[in-house]
Amino acid sequence: MSVDRNSFETVIGLEVHCELLTATKLFCGCPNVFGEEPNTNICPVCLGLPGSLPVLNSQAVELAMRIGLALNCEIRPSSFHRKNYFYPDQAKDYQISQYDEPINSNGFLELPDGSRVGVTRAHLEEDTGKTTHVGGGGRVHSAERSLVDYNRSGVPLVEIVSEPDIRSGAQARAYVSELRSILVATRASDGKMEEGSMRVDANVSVRPLGATEFGTRCEVKNLNSLRSLTRAIDYEAARQIELINNGEEVQQETRHWDEDSGSTSSMRSKEEAYDYRYFPEPDLVRLAPDDAWIASVRESLGPLPARRRAKLVSLLGGSPSGPEMDQVLATVELDLDFLVIEAAKAGAPAALALARASNEVASNLDALRSLDPAAFSTTVQMESRGDLSSTQAKAVIAELMSTGRTDPVAVARDKGFEAMSGELIAQEVAKAVSEAPQEWKRYLSGEEKLSQFFIGKVMKATRGKANGKDVVAELRRLSASEGE
Amino acid sequence: MSRGLPLDAFTIASEVRSHERSARSVVEEVIESIERGDSEIRSFVSLMAESALKRAEVVDEIVANGCDPGRLAGVPVALKDNLCTKGAATTCSSRILEGWIPPYDATVVEKLRDAGAIVVGKTNMDEFAMGSSTETSFYGPTRNPHDTTKVPGGSSGGSAAAVAAGFVPLALGSDTGGSIRQPAALCGVVGMKPTYGRVSRYGLIAFASSLDQIGPFARSVAEAAALYEVISGHDERDSTSLLKSEQETTEEALTRGVAGLRVGVVTELLDAMAPQVVSRVREAADALGLSGADVEEVSIPELRYALSAYYLIAPAEASSNLARYDGVRYGLRVDADDVASMNAASRTAGFGPEVKRRIMLGTYALSAGYYDAYYGQAQKVRTLLIAAFDKVYERFDVLVGATSPETAFELGAKSSDPIAMYLSDVCTIPSNLAGHPAISVPFGSGEGGLPVGVQVLAPALHENEMFTVGAVIERAASDARNVGEAAT
Repeated sequence: MSVDRNSFETVIGLEVHCELLTATKLFCGCPNVFGEEPNTNICPVCLGLPGSLPVLNSQAVELAMRIGLALNCEIRPSSFHRKNYFYPDQAKDYQISQYDEPINSNGFLELPDGSRVGVTRAHLEEDTGKTTHVGGGGRVHSAERSLVDYNRSGVPLVEIVSEPDIRSGAQARAYVSELRSILVATRASDGKMEEGSMRVDANVSVRPLGATEFGTRCEVKNLNSLRSLTRAIDYEAARQIELINNGEEVQQETRHWDEDSGSTSSMRSKEEAYDYRYFPEPDLVRLAPDDAWIASVRESLGPLPARRRAKLVSLLGGSPSGPEMDQVLATVELDLDFLVIEAAKAGAPAALALARASNEVASNLDALRSLDPAAFSTTVQMESRGDLSSTQAKAVIAELMSTGRTDPVAVARDKGFEAMSGELIAQEVAKAVSEAPQEWKRYLSGEEKLSQFFIGKVMKATRGKANGKDVVAELRRLSASEGE
Repeated sequence: MSRGLPLDAFTIASEVRSHERSARSVVEEVIESIERGDSEIRSFVSLMAESALKRAEVVDEIVANGCDPGRLAGVPVALKDNLCTKGAATTCSSRILEGWIPPYDATVVEKLRDAGAIVVGKTNMDEFAMGSSTETSFYGPTRNPHDTTKVPGGSSGGSAAAVAAGFVPLALGSDTGGSIRQPAALCGVVGMKPTYGRVSRYGLIAFASSLDQIGPFARSVAEAAALYEVISGHDERDSTSLLKSEQETTEEALTRGVAGLRVGVVTELLDAMAPQVVSRVREAADALGLSGADVEEVSIPELRYALSAYYLIAPAEASSNLARYDGVRYGLRVDADDVASMNAASRTAGFGPEVKRRIMLGTYALSAGYYDAYYGQAQKVRTLLIAAFDKVYERFDVLVGATSPETAFELGAKSSDPIAMYLSDVCTIPSNLAGHPAISVPFGSGEGGLPVGVQVLAPALHENEMFTVGAVIERAASDARNVGEAAT
C-alpha cells in the first residue's frame, strides 16, 4: 500500500479478556481446568439447565480486585447484568457480565518506557463454551455440523478495557505484555495467549495528525499472539488510511484478523451488531466488597513488575545497558528477581547474578524448585572471584538445579573444577599459540577479537577448567613480552 | 366434592409415625384415587407411582426402626410441574421441554423428602406459569373440582385442583403474579406466597426470577403454615435466598389471635370486584374486628399502576429466562438448515401463543431505545409501590382485600382476550412486586356458589402475622358455614 502514513495518527483501545486462576468456575463448583475431555467438566449451573441458579465465586471476586488494584483502579459496589444473544456455545443464551457498574474502574497502566495507558474498567464475567464448526469454511453459517464443548462455560473472566490512549502497534504490544506480567505477578491469571487464557480485541481508528476528534473505529478480533496483535493493528491502520486517501469512508464494523493472509476482513457491520438487551441479573445480589476485604487484598498483592524492575535496575547501578534491560524484563517476567536480589545481598555482583538468572536458570524453569537461592548466590560469587570459569559456573548451576544439592563448592570439587594455577594457564596458552601461528600473528597485529579463538582452544584443551579472564590476561602478557 | 383421601396432613403424619397406618398404604390409596378420579379434572400431568411407593417403604422402614421420618411422615404431596424432580419428567406444561428429565432435585423437593413427605406426581399449569386459568398448558386445561365447566385459576391450577379434589392434602405451586393465591381462591383452598427469598428457587424453572416464589397449597391455614415451614430456609445454591431469621414458630402464630392487631382493608383491592366478592371480604374484615383487631379502610393509590409495571418486568425477565430453550442442549429440537433456523423452528413449534406473546413483549421492553421508557419506568413504579407499602405498614400490621376479582370463570371465557386474563391478577401482583408475603383463605361463596378467597397481605418477613389473621378468618368462615347450615 502506498499511502502517506506520516500525516495520520493511529488511535487504539484494547479489550483484554483473561481467565482467572480460580479453583472453580464463576457461578458453580465445577473445577476451573483446561484440557479435559469435552463436556465432562459441567453441571446443571454451567450447562444452564432449567431451574439452575448462579452463585458468585468469592475467589473470583478477590482475583478481580487484585487485578483492579494492580491497575490503580477504584473498587466500587457493583452489579451483574445479563447480556442476551443467541449462540450455541452460550448455555443460557445470555452471558452474565458487569455492565454499568463494574467492580474496577478509572485506573491506568504504566509501561516500561514511562508512558501511561488509561484503564476504563476491569469487570467480571463468565466465559462461554467452545464451538467447533465441522465442514464449510469453519464458520457457523457454512458449517455442516457444529460441536459444542461446555467445559469452558462459566470459567471466570476479567475483561480489561483500556482508554483509546495507545498510538501504535508496538505500544499495544508493550501494553499487553506489561499487562500479562501484572496478571502473572498477581497470580490472577496465567496470561497464556496461545492457550486462549488471555484474549485481545483491538479497537483501531486513524485521524489526521493534530485532529482532536476520533475517527471511525473498527474492532479487530482473533488476535492470538503478540505478533498478530502488532501486525493486525499495523495492517488495519494502513487499510483505513488508504480508504481515507482514496476519498472513501471507514465503516464502523467488527473485522476478523487472518494470520495466514496477514489481513482483516469484515465480520459484521454496525447495522448487524446485536442488541444485547442488557438488564440487571435478578438471580444475583449486588457485589459490594467492604473496606476490610479490599485492604486485605491490597496487602496480599506484593510488589508489582514495575517496582521489581526498578529494584533490579538500582542494583545494577541505575543505568543498565540495553541487553541488561532485556535481562531485567525477562527475570521479573519469570519471577526470578528474588535470586538476583538475594545474590546481591550476599555480595555477588548483580550484573553477573542477573545474567545467570535470566539465562541459565530461565532455560530450565521446571527445575527452579530444586535451586537453593543461597547456593546460586555462592556459585555467582565463586565465578566472580575467578574460582570458577563461566563454563564451570554454568555447569555447577545446572547440577544444583538437576540434583537439588545445596553445596556448590562440593559440586565444583566433584566435577574436578579446581581453579587452574597461573602456571598451568600459561602452559596451555603457550601451547595454543604455538599451534596457531597465523592467528597469533593477527592477534599481535591488533585483532583483539581473536582472543576468543584462543580462549576456545584453551577451554577445549582443559575441558572448560580454565578461566576465560585468566587466558586473556596471559595472552596480553605474552603479546607484551613478544613486543619487547 | 372430595374424590380422594379426606384425611389432613397432620392426621396422616401422626398415624404413620405411630404405626397406625403405613406410608405405603397412604400412597397406594392416593395413586389409586388419582387414577380413578382425575380423568375429568386433569390436575396431574404425570404420576410418580413407582418412586413414591419406594419412598413410602423407606419411610415405613424408618418408623419400623423406631426413628422419626419427619413431621410430614408419609404425607403425599403434589408438585407443580415447574419444580425439578431428579429422574422424573419436568415439563412446565410446555412442548419445548418434551423428553427432558432433570438430573437433580429442586431444593424444596429435598426438603420435603427430609421431612418424610412423599412426592406423588406433577401437576398441570399454564405453560411456563404464564396464565391465570391453566388453559395455556400444552397438555390441555385442568378443570375446577367445584364445577368442571369452570377453570381452576392459574397458573398453579393443577396443584390447587388436586388439593381441592382431595387427591392430596398438600401441594406446592409457584407464585409470580398470583399463581398460587388466585387458583387457591377459585378452588376454595388455602394458598400462600412467602416473602421473596424465604424459599429457595433452586430447581424452580424460572418465569420471572425477581418475582417467582414457591409456596404451599392446603385445605387449612395450619397445614399451609406447616408446609411453608418445611420448605423455607436459607439455601446457599440460591443467591437471593434470605438468611434464617429468628422467629417464633408458625404454630404459636396460629393460636395467638388478632386482639390489638391493626388491619387495613385496602380500597384498591375491593374496587371494581364482583359484588359478592366484595361482600365476603367485608364480612371477613368484620369478623377480624369482632375478634379484637382494629380494622380501618385504607387507600393505596399506587396499586393502580402495579399491573402495568408487572406486565413489563415479568415478560422482560421471561424473555431472557426462556432464551435457553433453543433446541441445542435439551428438549424439543426441530431440525433445519443452520443453527439459527433450527433455533427458530424449535421455538416456533415448542412454545404456545401466550408464551410467545410474553417473550415478544419482554424483548421489546428491553430493546435499545425502549429500555428506559418501559423496563426502566416499570422498575421505578416498583420502587414507588414498595415505598407506598412501607408507609402504609407504619399504620397497619396487615392488609386485607380480595384475592381474585371474581369467582371461577367458564373455560375459554378469556382465552381470546389477554388483557381480561391479565386482570385476573390485579389483586395479587402488588405483593410480588414488593416481595411481600400474602395468603388466600377461603371465605364463603360467591356467584354460582363458587368459592371466594380473602387475601391477607403482610410486610416482608411477617408471615406469622399473616398466618395469625388467616387462621382467624378461617375460623370465622367455618363458624359462618355452621350457622348457615344450622339455619337451613
